[in-house]
Amino acid sequence: MLSILKTLWLILLHTFRRRETVLYPEEKRRIPPRWRGRIILSRSPDGKERCVACYLCSVACPVSCISLQAAEDEYGRRYPEFFRINFSRCIFCGFCEEACPTLAIQLTTDFEMSEYVRMNLVYEKEDLLIDGPGKYPDYDFYRISGLAVKGKGKGEGDEELPPVDVRTLMP
Amino acid sequence: MTTASIHIDGNAYSVTAGQSLLRACLSLGFNVPYFCWHPALESVGACRQCAVKLYRDEKDTRGRIAMSCMTPVTDGMIVSIEDPDVRKFRARNIEWLMLNHPHDCPVCDEGGECHLQDMTVMTGHTYRRTRFRKRTYRNQDLGPFVNHEMNRCIQCYRCVRFYRDYAHGRDLDVFGIHDSVYFGRHEDGVLQNIFAGNLVEICPTGVFTDKTGKRHFVRKWDLQTAPSVCVHCGLGCNIIPGERGGELRRIRNRFNGSVNGYFLCDRGRYGYEFVNSPSRVRQPLRRDGRGEHHKPLRSEEARALFADILSRKGRVVGVGSPRASLEANFALRALVGPEHFFAGMADTELALIQRQIDIMKIGPVPAIPLGKVATCDAVLVLGEDVTNTAPILALNILQACRNAPMARADALHIPRWEDRAAREAAQQVKGPFFLITAHDTWLDESAELVFKGTPDDIARLGFVVAHFLDEDCPSVAGMDGDRTDIARTIARSLGQARDPLIISGPGTGSGYVIDAAANIAWALRKNNRNARLSFTVPECNSLGLAFMASQAVDSALAAVERGAADTLVILENDLFRRTDKDRIIACLNACKHVVLLDHLMHGTASLADLVLPVGTFAETTGTLVSSEGRAQRFFQVYAPQGDIRPSWQWMRDAMTVRGTLRGASWRYLDDIIAAIAGEFPELQPVIDSAPPGAFRIKGLKVPRETHRVSGRTSIHADTTVHEPKPPDDPDSPFAFSMEGYGGKPPSSLIPRFWAPRWNSVQALNKFQSEVGSDLVGGDPGCMVIEPNTGEEPVYRQSIPEVLAPSGSLVPVPLYHIFGSEELSMFSSSVAGRAPCPYVALNPRDASRLGLSNGDEVEIAGRWRGPVVLRAGLPEGIVGVPSGLPGTGAGITGGRVDVTKVTS
Ligand code: SF4
Ligand code: SF4
Ligand code: SF4
Ligand code: SF4
Ligand code: FES
Repeated sequence: MLSILKTLWLILLHTFRRRETVLYPEEKRRIPPRWRGRIILSRSPDGKERCVACYLCSVACPVSCISLQAAEDEYGRRYPEFFRINFSRCIFCGFCEEACPTLAIQLTTDFEMSEYVRMNLVYEKEDLLIDGPGKYPDYDFYRISGLAVKGKGKGEGDEELPPVDVRTLMP
Repeated sequence: MTTASIHIDGNAYSVTAGQSLLRACLSLGFNVPYFCWHPALESVGACRQCAVKLYRDEKDTRGRIAMSCMTPVTDGMIVSIEDPDVRKFRARNIEWLMLNHPHDCPVCDEGGECHLQDMTVMTGHTYRRTRFRKRTYRNQDLGPFVNHEMNRCIQCYRCVRFYRDYAHGRDLDVFGIHDSVYFGRHEDGVLQNIFAGNLVEICPTGVFTDKTGKRHFVRKWDLQTAPSVCVHCGLGCNIIPGERGGELRRIRNRFNGSVNGYFLCDRGRYGYEFVNSPSRVRQPLRRDGRGEHHKPLRSEEARALFADILSRKGRVVGVGSPRASLEANFALRALVGPEHFFAGMADTELALIQRQIDIMKIGPVPAIPLGKVATCDAVLVLGEDVTNTAPILALNILQACRNAPMARADALHIPRWEDRAAREAAQQVKGPFFLITAHDTWLDESAELVFKGTPDDIARLGFVVAHFLDEDCPSVAGMDGDRTDIARTIARSLGQARDPLIISGPGTGSGYVIDAAANIAWALRKNNRNARLSFTVPECNSLGLAFMASQAVDSALAAVERGAADTLVILENDLFRRTDKDRIIACLNACKHVVLLDHLMHGTASLADLVLPVGTFAETTGTLVSSEGRAQRFFQVYAPQGDIRPSWQWMRDAMTVRGTLRGASWRYLDDIIAAIAGEFPELQPVIDSAPPGAFRIKGLKVPRETHRVSGRTSIHADTTVHEPKPPDDPDSPFAFSMEGYGGKPPSSLIPRFWAPRWNSVQALNKFQSEVGSDLVGGDPGCMVIEPNTGEEPVYRQSIPEVLAPSGSLVPVPLYHIFGSEELSMFSSSVAGRAPCPYVALNPRDASRLGLSNGDEVEIAGRWRGPVVLRAGLPEGIVGVPSGLPGTGAGITGGRVDVTKVTS
């Protein structure tokens, strides 16, 4: 009995405290930049799709809500033919972002994605791909990888020697 | 074999003495990292990764670091794998190997099943400390099968050792010097060796990857897999097909110590694309009259129509298929009645195969398992172009040829697993390998002696060899001195061998050749040799079908011509490959109804009134009997979309509608298998070739998907977010799911090779009873032919006559690994390597006939093509490529005239 009264009293006291509740959505909270919200696919500094369709995000995803299909352009650059995230399943854990070796997939500060129809939460590549590099302005996987792509031949990447001349006899 | 007791990190183990320490450690289950060692290629000590510590005795506390792959196991050995020094050594070694390694894993097709990744993680090397720039290489275009990305190479030399030493390829080698050696061809170009695809699995890194897989790449963990059997020749190599999203993505080798071992041929590896071909029949089709176009119809309508056609009191005959399962053929046989069931091959071919079966059955010489061919020490090939009709057999013959020359290494006390040294000791000496064929073949240069002649010449020479081995064999009159000498040489050599092997087959179209091979093997056996026989067959279930039928296509057509039949039910078969084109068209037109159950649109399909879509090997479960008589189950890999169903289900349903008792009682595949065993006591072992559909381990099915398969909640989300229930599969112990028994299943049910920390194909080590030997629980498959090995041989007596010389030529079929097999030609990569139709002539014959290279000629009024001069073809023979698409049935037997087409 006593404890109930005590509880009531405490709650009454709260009435006079400063309010934490904000009148969302009229008033927005400041979201820290590392917030794990709506997932996007970013582009490398030269504006090309960053994702190389390595399947690591999809295998890291604990609810298996990412699926994609790898493809390759005529110059050997890999990209996802389709890339789908089922946000009705996503738990915004950020594992995909951690797994991504190219910094392509990133979680953003946007969490306002309620829908009446679950199907509308299925995002395809067109819905995910943004125009910029997102949180990482400089990283370009293909500068570091050994693969030749359009505009970067063998030995032209960062920290690479020119291709070996197999026919040379020089020591 | 003596056993040795060795101590590893303080524990005692008993292992076979004399083997390499690495093999022993791996067999005991230790995770010793390695690169250059391979169970089939053995040791060279090139990578320095397999270091362990060896101690002189108990008092030795320092020990010394040694390469376990180059160290023979001796009794009392004291070894440490976990010693800190040696662990550090291994981590540093990987660091060295990775100095120039590109930052490629995300875009590397090896990733997720990369031996280099596994070993790097295993040794604990994580961070690149070097500050220098990376070495790079240019890649080469190596043709449609193998992709090249040379930057990823760690110089283990496995590729060239496989390609050159094991598979006798010429056009891949190592170039360059010091730290910039290069593994590739001397210039861009198609890899010529027909086993080149194995580089994909041999290379421990992503230098060589599957080029066809690149077009629809997915990682190993996302593939749905089940154990299966190759359908592209009669050998029955075991394969692991992988599927994702309703598309077959790739074929990998499935080790079976008694069959294919570690390797597949390129037809088997790359022929799979026919499953995804645009020519697939995906829904039932009907046409209302001759000349009409096919129209699709619904599944239920098709079922009703099929039953209706069968119940119209017509006289129905069924044509089975040597490329369909036993179960499908048996269902057709039950549907039309045994007396109306015909094997779907030429009558002459059926006769040849049944002759082979007879020879294997009556004994006393049993057929050799494909996987044991490499243990023979003398080989005679009679008539068959094994390279093109039974490729892996050719690869194993090459290994068998090494055995006799290896005696020199033995004499020098060099263990055979010390590969470089042993090969050096044996030099280029050729083993006793004899080729008696109708034309030059790829194996010629590996043979000690080659004889070329017409099929009759081949048979006669074979009979002489047999006669030299045993006087009781019939002798051959009128042999010239040269040939007698050749026969004597061969007989002597075979007679001296411990395990001689005689290989033949129906390739020449001559039964005499097969008889001659039998006589030789029997004569050897009578001399107390451990002789073995091996017969090839043309298709994956030719042998199984031959058990079920006594007549074949020509007889079926004759029945239609006689008026004894007016309805044809054809199972998975293009009749135009079997016999004369005009005759088939006439017969199909004469029939009231022609029903075809098949998965590809071909000549026969376009003339059928009703086409029912059936599953390929990847979409159904069934049993095939390989050329050695081994019944092997292949399991459905994925559930096909749409109306595609297994052949037997279409037929079962038709029988159920008609009220045929038998069909109605077939609920599951196992019911048919039981019926087969009941009807054909010889096929009883089919039941045991794999566990039944009701088989469970701890109450669980075996999952087809890996435990880390991805995208389950989004792969179908473009159409529905309510994840559909996976289809049931009552016909096999497998589930279309990631859920199920996670441990190792019985050997016939291994869906993929994977073990904790071993993501690459090397995980296979963990599935073998001893590394490199059979699978735990025995190799899968059951033999349906058990010969009477105690019997006295009854020699074949009829010998072909020498034909009087004439201006006409003897037609001989020429087989092409890429081109002669029906299904693989629907695969774009394989089709790209097939030849165009041609006619091969010896230059002397050609000049006698006034023909030159490129002249358009006609043979027997039905075969046309440009002349190709081929010096390797003996005089008197005209070579006609067999089985090329659109060219109809081959020409064998008799003599033909080659005439120039003038137009
Ligand atoms: S992990 Fe990154 S690069 Fe790889 S598939 Fe996902 S988004 Fe693309
Ligand atoms: S070879 Fe292996 S380690 Fe090298 S890039 Fe490919 S997956 Fe990565
Ligand atoms: S290409 Fe592959 S198999 Fe050949 S040496 Fe390099 S890593 Fe080894
Ligand atoms: S040898 Fe025959 S069974 Fe083996 S992989 Fe090649 S085609 Fe297939
Ligand atoms: S595996 Fe022993 S040195 Fe390469």
